[in-house]
Amino acid sequence: MPTKLVVDCSTGAVEEIELTAEEIAQRQADAEAAAQAKADEEAAAAAKQAEKEAIAAKLGLTAEELVKLLG
Amino acid sequence: MATTYEAIATVTVGSGGAASIEFTSIPQTYTDLLVKYSLRDNVTSGGASNNATISFNGSSANGTSRELYGNGATAASASLTNAKVDYHSSANATANTFGSAELYIPNYTSSNNKSSSSDGVSETNATTALMAMNANLWSQTAAITSLSLAPSGGSWVQYSSATLYGIKNS
Repeated sequence: MPTKLVVDCSTGAVEEIELTAEEIAQRQADAEAAAQAKADEEAAAAAKQAEKEAIAAKLGLTAEELVKLLG
Repeated sequence: MATTYEAIATVTVGSGGAASIEFTSIPQTYTDLLVKYSLRDNVTSGGASNNATISFNGSSANGTSRELYGNGATAASASLTNAKVDYHSSANATANTFGSAELYIPNYTSSNNKSSSSDGVSETNATTALMAMNANLWSQTAAITSLSLAPSGGSWVQYSSATLYGIKNS
């Protein structure tokens, strides 16, 4: 059973507590949402990079040359 | 001179790992909160960088985030449905490296919705590492009395650590 590390700020006591079924379900939902968000981010970054490279190709430049030109 | 910046609590993950780190019974006597983290999770799928979910008062619901992120070659932005601290290192990062991040929460005792800002970097010496800045909103009016930080999958590994600071405006 996964556990969480809980710090009581009023006492400084640290406890290792097993997650409840509800917490496990919530973590699963959060993990799925995070995986989707990360996949979306990576897809957006890849699309942006491909767009840059396509523009560079139209101009007869390498992506590195285009970066230098715009820098 | 008054002390305006105080460490409230620090926690370091032990050998068994931890699914989350949670600060409870947060004193309501400060103006703002600041949390600084050194984190690594045990997730082996995907890249070397992962993000983490913030929960306040036991709930990650009603949280959103706007993010600006980059990897040294490409920068982009995203809208997220959870409040986040991005990024930290995953199991795919160079061994024994940890990401660094911090989360600033102003006016955490107010009766307004809670905004926060965070920035974080993953750490790896072999593949792409990511960094990000997030503007977060938790659309709840309750004062924040507890705060939890969980990886987007898996667990925090041993030696991951977090310190909660209280900030006073005078």
